[in-house]
Amino acid sequence: MKSRKTACSAQALQLEDNSIQNRGLTLDTAASYNDKVVRQFSIMVVIWGIVGMLVGVFIAAQLIWPQLNFDLPFLTYSRLRPLHTNAVIFAFGGSALFATSYYVVQRTCHVRLAFDKLAAFTFWGWQLIIVLAAITLPLGITQSKEYAELEWPIDLLIAVVWVAYAIVFFATIAKRRIKHIYVANWFYGAFIITVAVLHIFNNLALPVTLTKSYIIYTGVVDAMMQWWYGHNAVGFFLTAGFLGMMYYFVPKQAGRPVYSYRLSVVHFWSLIAVYMWAGPHHLHYTSLPDWAQTLGMVFSIILLAPSWGGMINGMMTLSGAWHKLRSDPILKFMIVALSFYGMSTFEGPMMSIKTVNALSHYTNWTIGHVHSGALGWVAMMTIGSIYSLLPRLYNRESMYSIKLIDAHFWTSTIGVVLYAVSMWIAGVTEGLMWRAVNSDGTLTYSFVESLKAVEPYHYFRLLGGLIFFSGMIIMAYNVWKTVSDKKPVPVAVLDPA
Amino acid sequence: MPAFWHWFVAAGTIVFVIWCIWLITWSAKQGPQNVADDDLVGHKWDGDIEEWNNPAPKWWLYLYFITIAWAIGYMIAYPSLGNYKGMLGWSQAGQYEAEMQAATENYEPIYEKFAAMDFVELSQNAEAQALGKSLFASYCTTCHGSDARGAAGYPNLTDDDWQWGNTEAELLTTIGNGRQAAMPVLAPALGGDAGIDNMVKYVKSLSGGEADAEAMSAQPMFMALCSACHGPDGKGNKIFGAPNLTDEIWLYGGSTETIRETIVNGRNGQMPAHGDLFGENRTKILAAYIYSLTQ
Repeated sequence: MKSRKTACSAQALQLEDNSIQNRGLTLDTAASYNDKVVRQFSIMVVIWGIVGMLVGVFIAAQLIWPQLNFDLPFLTYSRLRPLHTNAVIFAFGGSALFATSYYVVQRTCHVRLAFDKLAAFTFWGWQLIIVLAAITLPLGITQSKEYAELEWPIDLLIAVVWVAYAIVFFATIAKRRIKHIYVANWFYGAFIITVAVLHIFNNLALPVTLTKSYIIYTGVVDAMMQWWYGHNAVGFFLTAGFLGMMYYFVPKQAGRPVYSYRLSVVHFWSLIAVYMWAGPHHLHYTSLPDWAQTLGMVFSIILLAPSWGGMINGMMTLSGAWHKLRSDPILKFMIVALSFYGMSTFEGPMMSIKTVNALSHYTNWTIGHVHSGALGWVAMMTIGSIYSLLPRLYNRESMYSIKLIDAHFWTSTIGVVLYAVSMWIAGVTEGLMWRAVNSDGTLTYSFVESLKAVEPYHYFRLLGGLIFFSGMIIMAYNVWKTVSDKKPVPVAVLDPA
Repeated sequence: MPAFWHWFVAAGTIVFVIWCIWLITWSAKQGPQNVADDDLVGHKWDGDIEEWNNPAPKWWLYLYFITIAWAIGYMIAYPSLGNYKGMLGWSQAGQYEAEMQAATENYEPIYEKFAAMDFVELSQNAEAQALGKSLFASYCTTCHGSDARGAAGYPNLTDDDWQWGNTEAELLTTIGNGRQAAMPVLAPALGGDAGIDNMVKYVKSLSGGEADAEAMSAQPMFMALCSACHGPDGKGNKIFGAPNLTDEIWLYGGSTETIRETIVNGRNGQMPAHGDLFGENRTKILAAYIYSLTQ
């Protein structure tokens, strides 16, 4: 690796805060950023985060005390679990992606967001979708496809809102005042296009009534479509989109240039090309043809380096600003998020190897893997970015309390570590117990024995979840104190350098 | 798979692998616009966001290359490109068969040595009983419970009430071929709610409930509809798996509500067939174990 210029020159690149409201200018609409929609989505990130994680904590408790469903159908685990996943992925994560992409695309294109009304429509449309999900899922109205449970009328609404989102985003790119499109926008753009394709094709269905439809695919084709969708929901919604977030907020918060432009080119084009192939690793040792299982596995292995490209670029951007970690807990969120990203994207390819998968599949290891990604990477990157973003949106120097951000950082870190580690141990325990055989060829353990063996880890999982959730309450208080007495001021569009 | 799709899969896979290799080699070269490796690229966004033109770390490029090389090797060895079956000739169906054959060779002798033993003797042989217990724990506990006492809809195997009988022949048939019970939907034939209520009372009276006038009014209907399977005296019939209604043992439950539900909606009790899975020797050892539970 060649030596970089000194840290001093990097420091010199830091410019003053670019909001020019202090200059006393009156701004017409076109000359200012559309931050209203960003503020709306940002606040909803906190609210949906609390709702989604509360449901998660509740169902984690149900796994220990099943009577917590109170014999009410809409409180059963089977109905609340999809509510939890939809709320954290699409309500919490989705709102974070909308908020940051709308913010970033304006700042890095040096123009106001295209189509104010369409942008407002995406906000209200997305909130309506979330509310409809929160009503229909507990009622048991579902397509029974994981992460694509919502029935066809809601799916149509999602498609419409998503197309509107794409129009707003790409129209803003099209009218940019700077030639080069910033790397964050590549990732946001890929995420928006791909999620549209995934959502539409996976949900093709024949409606029977308003609340019931039949998916057009059958058997193993349906399974393959589902996991092509399912894994790319991880790859594009929860990875590419959040890498876009990382590529803006990490250099911004660290005050340093992105480590390597070339690395971002290579890992971007690799990531979006290779993720598409990885879905079949969810269907190892099923009726999916052997060749498809092989391709899903080998491309999952190839995916390791493209994934780590993003981690390296983020971490090396922070490198040289390590001293800031002492005073800036937002950077701590980001470095831990990147660490969990690197860890999860190593774990994922490993779990896609058939022999490892034979042990890990259907166990709590998968749950641990998902949460180290969803809590460690997605949620912590989101939280860091929102703390970085909110003061800018509300004309403040910083959040109400830096100490509370620090407290939130520690609850998040301890929470996710407790959660992930307990699920790893539980998962490996289950995997080993399920495959153990006696000398006469019979199973050593019955299923209920494996359940008994992992019960202690259910408590640790609940505890980890509770601790992580408590951090969200701290965040809500801090956000409330930050925004409640502040009237937002329009921020003038910055001229390109 | 048809030739078109075979070539579609093969070509698509090869194109994507080449794409990855090309990206690696591209990035190893000089960066954009002939900017020096350790300089800034020259783009600037939002006032202060810039990019270095650092090369990607060498170890990362090697890692990337190694995973691709490994993937190519794996795809040559295993089924991958459409109809291509791989040099190792591996398939998951083949792996399954090989593992099953190995298991048969390993474990079958353990069971085979009891093949000639008399059934009753087998049910008293400690070693065979241990094997039977393991088999029961692996295959039967899901429905019949780890203590073999069953659950609602799944017979208790520790009492003396045998829906399908507990002779050697009957047990072997039950385990080997499975059983399918059929309690038909009888509500339409009973003439409305009052008719159903009276029938429930009559059924309860068979096992000691009060045989009042209402209950007895259903007796002719019992003889017409139920006695074919359950017998005129309600003592059941093992040929049909029709339970004895005169004892205190209830397969689905003996409360008024549950009996009513059984009569109104019918029941479809099902014991799956295990003969192909177990083979003769293990079926016999398991049957002898179950026989021993009530001896």
